[in-house]
Amino acid sequence: MSYFDLFKALIPEAIITGIALCLLAVDLAALRPQSMSVRLRWCGGMAILGCASAIGWMLLQPAQLQAGMLAIGPLTQWIKLSLLILTAFIAVISFSARFTVHVGEYFALLLFATVGLMLLVSADNFLLIFLALELLSISLYALTAFHKNRLASAEAALKYYLFGSVAAAFTLFGISLLYGVTGEIQLSGINAHLSAGHQEPIFYIALVMTLAGFAFKLAAAPFHFWAPDVYEGAPTPIAAYIASASKVGSFFVVARILWTAFPGARGGASAPGWMPVLVVLAVISMTLGNLAALMQRKVSRLLAYSAVAHGAYAVLALLAAPQQGLPSLLFYVITYALTALGAFAVVGVIEASGGRAELKDFAGFSRRAPLLAFCLLVFMLSLAGIPPLAGFFGKFYVFTAAAEATPRLSLLWLVILAVATSAVSLYYYLQILKQVYAAAPLEHLVWSPPARSSQWAIVLLAGTIIVLGCFPSLLLTRIAAVLSAHPF
Amino acid sequence: MMLAGTIYLSFFGAAALMLLPARQARCARPLALLTALGGLACALAALVGRWSQIEPGALRDITNAPWIGELGIRFHLAADGISLTLVLLTGIAAVTGILFSWNIETRPREFFALYMALIGGVYGVFLSFDLFLLFVFYEIAIIPKYFLIAIWGSTRREYGAMKLALYSFAGSAMVLVGLIAAYVVAGAKTFDLVELAKYPFPAEFQSWAFLLVFVGFAILAGLWPFHTWAPTGHVAAPTGASMLLAGVVMKLGAYGALRVAMTLFPLGLHRWQHLIAALAVVGIVYGAAVALTQRDFKFVIGYSSVSHMGFVLLGLMTLTQIGLTGATLQMFSHGIIAGLLFAVVGRMIYDRAHTRDLNELGAFRLGKAMPFAAIVFVLAASASMGLPGFSGFIAEMQTLIGAWRVFPGLTVLAAVGILIGVAFLWRAQTKAFFPEGGSPAPGTHLAAITLPEKIGALTLLSTTILIGLYPRLLLDLIASAFQSPLMQPIWKGTLS
Repeated sequence: MSYFDLFKALIPEAIITGIALCLLAVDLAALRPQSMSVRLRWCGGMAILGCASAIGWMLLQPAQLQAGMLAIGPLTQWIKLSLLILTAFIAVISFSARFTVHVGEYFALLLFATVGLMLLVSADNFLLIFLALELLSISLYALTAFHKNRLASAEAALKYYLFGSVAAAFTLFGISLLYGVTGEIQLSGINAHLSAGHQEPIFYIALVMTLAGFAFKLAAAPFHFWAPDVYEGAPTPIAAYIASASKVGSFFVVARILWTAFPGARGGASAPGWMPVLVVLAVISMTLGNLAALMQRKVSRLLAYSAVAHGAYAVLALLAAPQQGLPSLLFYVITYALTALGAFAVVGVIEASGGRAELKDFAGFSRRAPLLAFCLLVFMLSLAGIPPLAGFFGKFYVFTAAAEATPRLSLLWLVILAVATSAVSLYYYLQILKQVYAAAPLEHLVWSPPARSSQWAIVLLAGTIIVLGCFPSLLLTRIAAVLSAHPF
Repeated sequence: MMLAGTIYLSFFGAAALMLLPARQARCARPLALLTALGGLACALAALVGRWSQIEPGALRDITNAPWIGELGIRFHLAADGISLTLVLLTGIAAVTGILFSWNIETRPREFFALYMALIGGVYGVFLSFDLFLLFVFYEIAIIPKYFLIAIWGSTRREYGAMKLALYSFAGSAMVLVGLIAAYVVAGAKTFDLVELAKYPFPAEFQSWAFLLVFVGFAILAGLWPFHTWAPTGHVAAPTGASMLLAGVVMKLGAYGALRVAMTLFPLGLHRWQHLIAALAVVGIVYGAAVALTQRDFKFVIGYSSVSHMGFVLLGLMTLTQIGLTGATLQMFSHGIIAGLLFAVVGRMIYDRAHTRDLNELGAFRLGKAMPFAAIVFVLAASASMGLPGFSGFIAEMQTLIGAWRVFPGLTVLAAVGILIGVAFLWRAQTKAFFPEGGSPAPGTHLAAITLPEKIGALTLLSTTILIGLYPRLLLDLIASAFQSPLMQPIWKGTLS
């Protein structure tokens, strides 16, 4: 393998990085005197163009590389594709941003975070995983604080940063212990070592440490404390990004670590391993997430707790065998990401017209914007798991996969808990929809129609969720195709 | 086949109503009526086509195409006599419900769009033979109910709507767990009811899976003690939605319990048969007794629904030909009669008098002020009491005969329930329409009964009388369906 091969495999990342740098330069050199809307349009347009060209490159030049620190194949390319599409959506809903004058920096950081995610997805090596994770996290800390005239934004960023760095320290410590035990930082190398049968207690400490760091990224309880504040304080597009793209990438890398590095350390009801750890995380997350969401008055915080609960459902897929678990996980996180993105986009619309996105600010929304209200209905019902929306099939598939986990029905109790908490969740989603459809509009809010672009994005997302709910095979066959070619 | 048209037409109607421009809002009602009539026509056409050539026990496929190949899920629509009966009921309830909702003035497009979406989901449940598909339609029916009540309802509407939605969702969650477990245990990668019913599930598994799925469905059928959503939901709902709730939504629960739980898990069924029959009888007596003490007219009807649905569940648990047939006919009959009662109380009386308090209604002298409403109510009440000549008589009689062979003690109690049923209807009828003494409150003028109301009432009345006088119209269909290979597991180990 030459450096040229390596570079060729990483051209999509290179494109995004290049565009991010260009964007900074153009904004600095040419766009400063222009009005805000022009700058937003230009910079956002460039970011979208960058995503599009990276996507185009990946479609035209399928890369395959399994060497050194990278493992790139159809599956990773496909995940990166989804991440880029999500990033493009975020850029679209950022067009109407009012929270910053640093337009160039904003989009550049967004793209850097995406590069971090793309590297995270392609990495086959703990060191690279850690670096990518840091690139992602540090960009996101800065983006969270971007709402300059909102104190909550700075507070959220600080919390995010403090929690995040402690979690990163945990991960790093875990990785160093793993290296000490196995002498490997390559994912596949660790597996070979484990299969050889050396499993000391210190290995399990390392495993738990590493997982704790990732649990933070997934906002799995009890590592979720940053989530409500960040979702509330961060600029809405960034909250959407954390809820969507960042979730997809993190879940994928966790799945990859568990299934390529530690398939032998799964453990079980009595045996040590990662399964008991994940079960505990899932139980706490789905219970706490759903119950805490019941009490929220602000929609962004409500969505944060709902994200905690949804993370727990995705964890169920990790507990299944990879053959069922991986497709169900991918379907679930991707449809969830689209839904959460849409929901945040609608929250952004409400905030743009002067609301603080409290429940009561949604009153009478259906009278003001029937189309957007309908889209919100789609997003909320999809999150609640009502057919025929994508969220329903996602949950159904994950639950089925978890019930099929060997030995059969051994995890049925967890599925029962998941279904039960999911039934509870309908209550708070209906609380929002009740405001939207049943309550009379508040007089003091001046309704300003949203930007055309974000409106289109929202409608497109809602349409996708309906279509994927009615015909999940559209996505499932794609997933099956990339998986059959080369799993991980 | 025509029958699938019922589903597509309803959803098409819902979509069209939603997209209707605001200035065309007055077209909403005719459009909804038209689609509902189309659905009813499809059902009738299928029935007539079917009737001429009854083949015992035939399950006729309508569509059977792969849908989600990864999980072996198929888009499998089919019908037998039971489905057909309930599809017909849905058609009638949908049309008359719209006739009694003719006075909806606030946001009519949304009202009828939700209404048609609910109807589409109900049709779908009755015609699905893939369990995933059935579940999808079952859940589709939940959300419109919530909005219909929360937006257009009356007394404590938000509470009633939320309670109804959460009870339904909790029930469907139980069903979902049972379905997933059955899918995994069978391991045949199929959700097809016909295929799964062939699989001999282990007795231990059936025991809890049956209870889970049956109760999950039966929550919606008003099984005591999970019935409390029914009275509050019915009372809070606008008239059209009450008619649908009592008329068809409660049947969804009973149908699911019969079609899914009983067919898939016969061993579990035999194990819990007596317990559920006992709960059904408690429901019959309790519902009737509570109805006897209510002041709100609509609560009287709401609790009477709990009582009458008890007969359905009791009939199902008899596992005899006559009991099962009776139970299915009771679903049809109660759908028609309860719809009529809610129409009289909710639309004819409440929308005019603006009260449902039985003590206050006396002042209106409704018997004189609204003779049409009074006559309709007396006839509907007679039908509900189980007087011969109406459909309720045939259905409840068959149920009781079936039950007598299996649970004689419980049957006596159920008969007591019928007596209380006569009492509470008599009491409500006297208090509301024919109070002793008193004179009409001065200055009360009640608007005349409108044409849509008359048509709706006459349709429902003639249906119950037609079935009452000539029950074979449906009985042959239903009875033959129970002879089908699909239903055979139910009979195993029983004296039929």
